[in-house]
Amino acid sequence: MTFELVLFYLFGAILLGGALAMISVRNPVHAALFLVLCFVAAAALWLLAEAEFLGIVLVLVYVGAVMVLFLFVVMMLDINLATLREGFTEYLPVGIVVALAMATVLVLVITRYITMDVPERAGPEYANTEALGAILYTEYVYPFEIAAVILLVAIIAAISLTMRKRPDNKSIDPGKQMAVSREGRVRMVSMPSEKKKAPRRGEGSGTRSPDGDDESK
Amino acid sequence: MFDWMMNLYQGLPTIMQILIGIQLIVIPLMLAVAYTTFAERKVIGYAHVRVGPNRVGPRGWLQPIADALKLLTKEVILPTNANRFLFLSAPVLTIAPALAAWAVVPFFDGGALADVNAGLLYLLALTSLGVYGIIIAGWASNSKYALLGSLRSAAQLVSYEIAMGFALVGVLMAAGTLNVGGIIEAQSGSIYHWFLLPLLPLFFVYFISGIAETNRAPFDVAEGESEIVAGFHVEYSGMAFAVFFLAEYANMILISALTAILFLGGWLSPFQGILPAGAFELPVIGALLDHGIHWFLFKTAIFLFAFLWFRATFPRYRYDQIMRLGWKVLIPVTIVWLFVEGVLVAFNVGPWFA
Repeated sequence: MTFELVLFYLFGAILLGGALAMISVRNPVHAALFLVLCFVAAAALWLLAEAEFLGIVLVLVYVGAVMVLFLFVVMMLDINLATLREGFTEYLPVGIVVALAMATVLVLVITRYITMDVPERAGPEYANTEALGAILYTEYVYPFEIAAVILLVAIIAAISLTMRKRPDNKSIDPGKQMAVSREGRVRMVSMPSEKKKAPRRGEGSGTRSPDGDDESK
Repeated sequence: MFDWMMNLYQGLPTIMQILIGIQLIVIPLMLAVAYTTFAERKVIGYAHVRVGPNRVGPRGWLQPIADALKLLTKEVILPTNANRFLFLSAPVLTIAPALAAWAVVPFFDGGALADVNAGLLYLLALTSLGVYGIIIAGWASNSKYALLGSLRSAAQLVSYEIAMGFALVGVLMAAGTLNVGGIIEAQSGSIYHWFLLPLLPLFFVYFISGIAETNRAPFDVAEGESEIVAGFHVEYSGMAFAVFFLAEYANMILISALTAILFLGGWLSPFQGILPAGAFELPVIGALLDHGIHWFLFKTAIFLFAFLWFRATFPRYRYDQIMRLGWKVLIPVTIVWLFVEGVLVAFNVGPWFA
């Protein structure tokens, strides 16, 4: 067994174990962290398959951004596990049907490619990023651009759904804060200076100065 | 002497070469981290018209050693009801990406531990992983202040990563490669070929987002000692706390080194193409004027000093102002400049895109 094969089985085992743990642990934060572990293991498998762009982007996008926001939400929620489990038997038939459908698709895909020959290893000068870029921006440029536009529409839709002015919102317009000038805040008053009075008895040199220099004491 | 050592090194098996390379990077890095803490206290001291630490050793030079010994001998306290495994793994998760990112940094010509093609992507992916340590630390501490600090930090890091990523897209558009060594090669020629001039707005965006990514002042709301005590690491003590500290400074050095590489040409000499070729053949001065690791270290030190200088200069941003700066100022600036850069590339505006 070569070292690469050992690595493949190691990361495969981590991936499967992490996936099983993700759906079986009770704590939602732990489940999210196991999903992160799965992504990292999958990225390592992709690196072994010489698909370094996919592997690194999986870590960058899913681990570095999507799962951070997931954890963010899961940590803030006060999740009551009892209410979550309430409809379990009710939804079980639908769940089984979906699971069976997905399993069928997976089996069909795998059995179609299981007889495929082992693809040849690319040389050390092969760059996965360049290869992907070359094919995405030539042959698949229209599907690629359409996918980008669909994503942009989704972003705008998500923002417009959550952008609403709440009446109890006390946020201040930062533009107004930036535009603050000295004239708007401070009024200089011209006052004649007070005449110094003769010190009364009992208040000699030990009196406090009127601007209160407490620090010196 | 040097050739003999190189021959010995070349004769070793690959795994040993890699392990030695890791030691050669990590040990000086850890020393640099220790003395960055000392430099920070000194610089801020002088900025406050104080002298800073000057008691331990000559002129205070042994202060970081004393600090490390103190932290090593202190007890690591586990809060009640804290998740023990996650609580202790959070500092490790913070420092591991900060150290692993150095694998693709070229210190001199060909002097990177791993000269990978997708180096810039690797750097971006690893710097985005550092946030996990902070989130997990905040959650596993079972403390309200720690959780608030980690949530602030998570939102801030995710927001500034976008601006940082766009700034890096500008760099790779100009260089035409994701390889970090290749990015430096693309800037060679003279000081005018550096990406600092054509990508000046992206340079500022990158450095500002870098400060935000490392949770440094003026963007240190994740710690916010006046509001949430110390944020995500409030429950940590002893060496567990020290590891967070090490990670923060290692990240600072990394961001400074990356800014030097991406915009100031890394190990390239600023005198290249300006001085006559004969100047580089002078006995000692020639080697100093020529390309080399010393220029890389010098450029990194400039940005590292800027980190300390900013901390002594700027008051902390308010949280909504941080979000506004990230989303409404930095990201539009990068998008506009990417468009400008596209036009420059399309029309081959020299000397950068010729």
